[in-house]
Amino acid sequence: MTYVSDVVALTRKDLRVELRARDTLPAMLLFVLSTLVVFHFALPAGTGATAAYGLLWVAIVFTALLGLSRAWVPEAEHGVLDGLVLAPCDRSAIWLGKTLATLAFLLAAQVVALPAFVLFFAPLDATALAGVLLADVGICAIGSLLAAMAAAGRARELLLPLLVLPLAIPLVVGGVGSAVSDDGGRFLLFLLLYDGVFAVLSWASFEYVITE
Amino acid sequence: MGLAVVLALLVAPEDADQGISQRIFYLHVPVALTAYFCFGLGAWKALRLLSTGEQRYDLESYVAIHQGTIFGSLTLITGSIWAKASWGVWWTWSSNQLVLFLVLFLFYCAYFMLRFSIEDGPRRARSSAVYALFGVALIPVSFLAIRLAEDFIHPTVFTREGPQMTGTMFLAFCVAWVAVTLLAYVLYRVELAGKRLDIALRELREATS
Repeated sequence: MTYVSDVVALTRKDLRVELRARDTLPAMLLFVLSTLVVFHFALPAGTGATAAYGLLWVAIVFTALLGLSRAWVPEAEHGVLDGLVLAPCDRSAIWLGKTLATLAFLLAAQVVALPAFVLFFAPLDATALAGVLLADVGICAIGSLLAAMAAAGRARELLLPLLVLPLAIPLVVGGVGSAVSDDGGRFLLFLLLYDGVFAVLSWASFEYVITE
Repeated sequence: MGLAVVLALLVAPEDADQGISQRIFYLHVPVALTAYFCFGLGAWKALRLLSTGEQRYDLESYVAIHQGTIFGSLTLITGSIWAKASWGVWWTWSSNQLVLFLVLFLFYCAYFMLRFSIEDGPRRARSSAVYALFGVALIPVSFLAIRLAEDFIHPTVFTREGPQMTGTMFLAFCVAWVAVTLLAYVLYRVELAGKRLDIALRELREATS
């Protein structure tokens, strides 16, 4: 059970840092809302709900990117990362803790963004919501690994979207599919497959990325 | 290589539907397969790097992916020419393979960005290796995604019967495939030798200065 308690402790640490500093979450909230407003003007009248579902996914991916680009900044600034790597816990627990914390931020942003989307544009059914949830898991799983990778390089804020976007294309396909397709279940299965494959891959390879 | 050119241009019979433009098939498909092979090789070397920690695999993985990206770009270009000749457009989203190569092209360009932004050292080697491994997982996943995306992006799926190859066509195709693979291998060795020479030279310079 030590693994679970390590993960819980790491997640709580991130959440507490965020509660005290309030760096990331307000920015994500404001960003996703302003994006939705921009989309209202970007969509010509009469384009209909289908185009709006596509744009919702653009908003979700970019909001996640915004959160992820901040994910390792507190660690990098205060040398916490060295301490974490030296701590007597499995390194993959660090990844899992960060993934859960980022997921919590993203979900919190969506608690506001999705009702706003329904209000402004088009209704979302249960399949679409499940698609959002599964895609969130996937993007946080790959994103927290890739953000740790990008944090090692110069210009990390610049690098992260480049690393994440090609990998996020299947997630967007699954998410948009679950919202607009008649047979949304297939897309949910696909998202589940994606989450499984990349979560295991990130979980297994995180140790190599984080150690000096 | 020369034999492949002769076979592809002169010996193999012309496709009834597509005529001369079909001959680019003998270049396009082997190049695409070779690009996949290079990406696979790069990921394999990356896995070896992570499991053994030997630094020489880093360079091998990088060079393989570099070759893969070059062949991937060639696939995009030849595919685009073929699309123009047979469908009348330079780009079509309904060709799954082309879209997949575009995604992979973006992904591996990001690989180079990652590589060039991290300081040289074991950490860079391992990060690049992990990213290269993500690449081979991405290939089947995005292929599936692109298949699925056809549902809502293209209501009418573009179907075309695969070319039923005759004996000589198949022979020409195989020879072309072998030739392109050999070309890729030679390029891989040459680039690897060049990069190693560079590193050795730099070490010598540092030792003397």
